[in-house]
Amino acid sequence: MKFGIVVFPGTWSDRDTHHAVSGVLGQDAEYIWHGDEKLDQFDAIVLPGGFSYGDFLRCGAIARFSPVMEAVTAFAERGGPVIGICNGFQVLCESGLLPGVLMRNDHLEFRCIWTDLRVENSSTIFTSASIEGQTLHIPMSHGEGNYQADADTIKRLEDNGQVVFRYADTNGNVTPDINPNGSINNIAGIVNEHGNVLGMMPHPEKACEKLIGGDDGNVIFTSIIDNFVQAVV
Amino acid sequence: MTVSQETLDEIALSRAEYEAIVDRLGREPGPLELGLFGALWSEHCGYKHTKALLRTLPSSSERVLVAPGAENAGVIDLGDGLAIAMKVESHNHPSAVEPFEGAATGVGGIIRDIFAMGARPIALLNSLRFGQPSDARTRYLLNGVIGGISSYGNCIGIPDVGGEIFFSDTYKGNPLVNAMCVGLIENGKIASASAREPGDLLLLVGADTGRDGIHGASGLASRTFEEQTEMRSAVQVGNPFLEKVLIEACIEALDLPGVVGLQDCGAAGITSAAIEMAERSVMGLQLFVDRVPRREEGMTPYEVMLSESQERMLLAVTAGTESEVFDLFDKWDLDATVIGEFEAGEDVRIFDNGMMVSSTPIITLTDAPRYEFSTPKPDWLTTLQNAELTVVPMPDTTAAEMLLKMLSAPNIASKFPVYRQYDYHVQTNTVIEPGGDAAVLRLKGTKRGIALTTDCNGRICYLDPEVGTAIAVAEACRNLSVTGAEPVALTDGLNFGNPETPDVQFQLTEAIAGMTRAANAFGIPIVSGNASLYNETAGAAIFPTPIIGALGVLDDVEKHSTVGFKAENDVIVLLGSDSAWDTTDGLAGSEYLEFVHGRVEGQPALDLDLEVRVQTVCRDAVRAGLVASAHDLSDGGMATALAECAIIGNIGASVTESPDAGGRWDAAMFGEAQSRILLSVSPDNLDRIKALAHDHDVPLAVIGLVGGDALSFGDNCSVLLSDASDAWKNGFSRATSDRD
Repeated sequence: MKFGIVVFPGTWSDRDTHHAVSGVLGQDAEYIWHGDEKLDQFDAIVLPGGFSYGDFLRCGAIARFSPVMEAVTAFAERGGPVIGICNGFQVLCESGLLPGVLMRNDHLEFRCIWTDLRVENSSTIFTSASIEGQTLHIPMSHGEGNYQADADTIKRLEDNGQVVFRYADTNGNVTPDINPNGSINNIAGIVNEHGNVLGMMPHPEKACEKLIGGDDGNVIFTSIIDNFVQAVV
Repeated sequence: MTVSQETLDEIALSRAEYEAIVDRLGREPGPLELGLFGALWSEHCGYKHTKALLRTLPSSSERVLVAPGAENAGVIDLGDGLAIAMKVESHNHPSAVEPFEGAATGVGGIIRDIFAMGARPIALLNSLRFGQPSDARTRYLLNGVIGGISSYGNCIGIPDVGGEIFFSDTYKGNPLVNAMCVGLIENGKIASASAREPGDLLLLVGADTGRDGIHGASGLASRTFEEQTEMRSAVQVGNPFLEKVLIEACIEALDLPGVVGLQDCGAAGITSAAIEMAERSVMGLQLFVDRVPRREEGMTPYEVMLSESQERMLLAVTAGTESEVFDLFDKWDLDATVIGEFEAGEDVRIFDNGMMVSSTPIITLTDAPRYEFSTPKPDWLTTLQNAELTVVPMPDTTAAEMLLKMLSAPNIASKFPVYRQYDYHVQTNTVIEPGGDAAVLRLKGTKRGIALTTDCNGRICYLDPEVGTAIAVAEACRNLSVTGAEPVALTDGLNFGNPETPDVQFQLTEAIAGMTRAANAFGIPIVSGNASLYNETAGAAIFPTPIIGALGVLDDVEKHSTVGFKAENDVIVLLGSDSAWDTTDGLAGSEYLEFVHGRVEGQPALDLDLEVRVQTVCRDAVRAGLVASAHDLSDGGMATALAECAIIGNIGASVTESPDAGGRWDAAMFGEAQSRILLSVSPDNLDRIKALAHDHDVPLAVIGLVGGDALSFGDNCSVLLSDASDAWKNGFSRATSDRD
């Protein structure tokens, strides 16, 4: 299948994502410049991490107005899989493709650490290669990943199974102590109502090989690939 | 002489230097011209007190592709068609004045030096020195510097993989903020900062030019600190987003056939960058200052030429091909402007709106005066070296209590609270993360890896600058060797006091001699470097601090070693000594002596032959897969090294013999004798390790076993692993948290 990787000025996870999906998992992958408006040739879109447009004003606030985001929105509305990682998650929230906001980490520091993510819903196209309740060892790297939304939205997300990942300990226990940024309910990743748009703060593309500390991130890309192959068959 | 002392002070030139300028020109310099001289003859750009010394450093090996000083950074061949560009740069003075922007723009500056070589930056390291964290201003500086590095580095997508933070009173008024950057480049694609032929155009790309940073090089970097409090406007302000875009655009531009040269615009701005390019090209240059895009109105040619606005680069471009370059930079939303033209000749001619405002022979500007000196060893140093260490009072604590105290010392405790604020995973090459002896990165598409570290113990350099600098080299290489990497190149950041004083002249001369001796012992070159002088407050110089950055190569990156103990019943082996514990000699210059007793004294020692052999044995053992863990002994000696292996591996350890050095358990546990490496090995491999050591005539001691939930040393020291872990993991945060 063919992944499209969006490059805004200031994106830096584009090359890492390319390496993970193409170099490691053997899929086609191409970069999409932020001025491009055609995404027909792609089977999945990745909005990678970085500091799009310098994250001036607010993370993702400028990127949402770029031409490519109109195309991404249309792609998502057609049901195409879209995954926003870190800054990509912030852009998806700013664009309204996902609900809620990502605020500054509650301790006000940038945080680069390995996290353990408990899979809360393994029936999405992004998690079908995992087992519900298992933990994925994936690093995070952000200053603004404190997910918040109003109480009704959180209730809807929880009730619908749209909370896909939560920060947990290595045994899968979700506790306030393990929460690295103050996110409500330890939320690390959510999907939209239709289940085809995922936003997550940790970086699956940075956990793609054992040599660099682990390959649990491949579960997410492999899930997307498996679902695409099945859909085509 | 018409020039006033005030004018000379502003550009930090002496009256004698002014007279030398008049002599060379055969006339009085104009005001703009004098500014150019001030910048290029500053210590920062002109290396007046260090050039003669630096020339004596070893600079060649089979791997050197670009020699030191020839370009923006040195380049080392790795094999497989790949090469590494590396360099250290200081931003001490700006960081003392405005820590956040000072540290951030220090990172930005060294990154530009690296991608100016055509290399993609793949790693950053930071070597930091501060006063004691109990001081409120020190904590302000510390937090500002860490925040600046974090803010700039994280935004730009280059992993920050290592470095050091060291606290000592000597740095209280003048912190050291050195940054190292490493870039990867294909062998045939190394860029040069020069034009190819007369008629080539000079393009300025990136940020607009403002009034920030004027006199950064001649002012801040060439004066002592008490003169700087009012110089905040001489500190530049960084924009990492712009730099990230600039990196991508410049690397792409180098693929255009018309782009023949690329140069960083750093200290002393366009003045230094453009004139150095012309000198390197052996050409003259016309500069049109009115064409330089401005950030503010009414700037004079003087201000434009000396601005240190960040995120700017210069390109040399073949005339007629510039529209392609404009298109490329336009794609990245960056300005690119023709501001000059190379020409046959020897002068730099500066024009403002068609009027020539200055014309100067380039050689007179770039050939700064060189000061040489030969200064005897000061008496006070002999007194310090001869101090009798056996009379240091024994502490009134138990050995176990002292171990916990040492593990929580800010210089020894884990720096995780700092480096978790830096992105060290981006680019997905990080095999050994910060916190080990050296960082290890894999090189995609090959089996190879590189190891990187920085090192320097200023306290030891103070007690003996020659031996201390040799130890800095030895320890940096040891940090590489314990991962299994072979040291292949060094870069240095020389941080010293006022070079016009005899003590500092002695320290500089000795440090360069020690660096030379040690680099030659390892057979490796120093490929680049930086000098920051005038690091003083109230007439007191900092400890001489020649920071060493080191690059190592692993032919098979899978075969590397890490610090933490791995398995119960592994045997603990000490390489480099035939007994587990140190002697009282090891107290010289030790962390224990300063941290607990407030003393900086003794004669540090290093046996370089032994050092090289110990490292060879360690590397061979790691490569042969005989080693479960390997850790270098340094600050805090044997006891803290063992504790670190245990804490990181989350498994206890016991040493058979009780620590004792002629009645002193403290010297035994915390002495810092060099050339020692702690290994843990499976019992099955012990005989092979012994044979390897024997073959290289390296002493070895089998000192204990891995296992249990405590650290126990003979029968006079036992500490629960959980207590040791708490002290080591939380010591830094406790020491640096704000309190009343």
